[in-house]
Amino acid sequence: MSGCGDDPVTLSGRSLHPGQANGTVLALDEPLSFWGGVDPCGVIVDAHHPQRGSTVAGQVLTMQAGRGSSSSTAVLAELIRSGHAPAALLLAECDAILVIGALVAAEIYDTALPIVQLAHDDLARLHTGTRAAVLAHSAPRAATIMVKSR
Amino acid sequence: MPGDDGLVLTAEEQSMLAGEQGPATAMCMRLIVGVARANGAERLVPIESAHADGCLYHGVAGLEFTERLVSLGARVRVRTTLNVGSLDLLHPGLVRADAEVAENGRRLMDAHVALGCEPIWSCAPYQSGHRPTEGSHVAWAESNAIAFVNSVLGARTDRYGDFIDIAAGVAGRVPYSGLHLKRNRAAALVLDFSAVPAALLDDDVAWPAIGALLGELAGTRVAALTGLPGDLNDGGVTEDRLKALGATAASAGGVALFHVVGVTPEAPTLDAVLGPEATTVPVTAPDLRRARERLSTAATTSLDAISLGTPHFSLAEFAALALQLRGGASFSSSVDVFVSTSRAVLAEAEARGYADAVRDAGGRILTDTCTYVTPVLRDGIRTVMTNSGKWAWYAPANLGIDTVLGSLAECVASARAGRVVRDERLWG
Repeated sequence: MSGCGDDPVTLSGRSLHPGQANGTVLALDEPLSFWGGVDPCGVIVDAHHPQRGSTVAGQVLTMQAGRGSSSSTAVLAELIRSGHAPAALLLAECDAILVIGALVAAEIYDTALPIVQLAHDDLARLHTGTRAAVLAHSAPRAATIMVKSR
Repeated sequence: MPGDDGLVLTAEEQSMLAGEQGPATAMCMRLIVGVARANGAERLVPIESAHADGCLYHGVAGLEFTERLVSLGARVRVRTTLNVGSLDLLHPGLVRADAEVAENGRRLMDAHVALGCEPIWSCAPYQSGHRPTEGSHVAWAESNAIAFVNSVLGARTDRYGDFIDIAAGVAGRVPYSGLHLKRNRAAALVLDFSAVPAALLDDDVAWPAIGALLGELAGTRVAALTGLPGDLNDGGVTEDRLKALGATAASAGGVALFHVVGVTPEAPTLDAVLGPEATTVPVTAPDLRRARERLSTAATTSLDAISLGTPHFSLAEFAALALQLRGGASFSSSVDVFVSTSRAVLAEAEARGYADAVRDAGGRILTDTCTYVTPVLRDGIRTVMTNSGKWAWYAPANLGIDTVLGSLAECVASARAGRVVRDERLWG
């Protein structure tokens, strides 16, 4: 991370799926399974999740890794189709279950949800409520996250 | 390294990607290659079979994707079995699906059959005749089936989900990455159960509790479990315990592979699976008790329903249930009892009289789907007891109900009593 004060800072990551997005960061304290964990409007409903009741729709969502059911792929694709998906997904670990949801939505709906892998330390620097601009080139090329002040 | 693309395709794979084998194969290869690039795979690997999960309706996107494949003329090129759908096609009165799910759920199931998949409609394909051999590469979806095929059968699959599973079936290839690579199958964590009393491990409810603890501690890492009893040639007891363990671990964490030392095929010894920097965590009976309690959200002993068979009930589980029902009282009229299974296992259970034993006691048997993924339970049901850690993990959010985890015997006793009955003596 570079810069100080209110200056935007830029993080570099590895693109898992291409796309470009702007949004407010929602930093998940624990991994989230989209299937069984998120309702059709993008609200977290997983009874075990500490951020139950928050919405992922339109957010720059950060989590260490995906979790749970392999049906999360279809749930993510459906959220993209219905307009309730996160604006971007930032992960510490590559999660093919989420990547394929973005790939399929790109095939049939011509969408481009950016998914980026970041180092654990960089991911931890993204705090809920900050604004972020995400630019991910085709995988596995570079991606940049510009983090703005609150 | 960002910017590097080390993926090398064979001439055949390039031809598939270029559309020379039709537009459906090309689309499926784009998905496989897209994941391979994200994973950093250096090549693809041919698969011997697939198990596809995309036949459960989650919305229009999955239906439009699958019908696109059908319209492009896709056919699977390796054996591909199907996971549960949203409907019970054999017992249509049991699922109270709304108009969208009834119509689109059926279309989605039909589209998968049109692609050449085998309609076994089961989350336990490994107990419905689809058992890949040790060391073979497969592309399986459904988190419990992934954990089972990797851990108990020793075949190799990474975590696949909807879309890539059917794409793999059509392309016959997956990225050579993740758990397809032997180096990624070593244990990063050891859980030692040698301090847990043998009597507790002999109770079937201990196994989903072990799974919950494993999921919590391991996350997505591979773990080795030591100090657990078991023999995969004991007629199904150990297999069903590990099925319950893996299903819960895959729900509570992201577990796709675990080794039970001395029991599962890749772990004749701990050294055979031990990773270079593995840490060991001793497990105690109170740890398992806490794991069990996390799978129980109900605060009272009132009870409205029992759900068994997640993952789908095996023939051995039916035999155990029928044995407990023999000569005993029927279920309380205030408790609805459901058993979910595959149509293949149901046919065997019918032949042996197990299915009638369940029905005679007042239970209902569901096939092709499951009680927590589609509306089966009647309105007004608040508390449901289950012997399944996976069901207990997901049902509160999916169905808005409270759960109690219990053994098969406790579920039967509770169904008869009309209230939750659990034997706490073993848990100390």
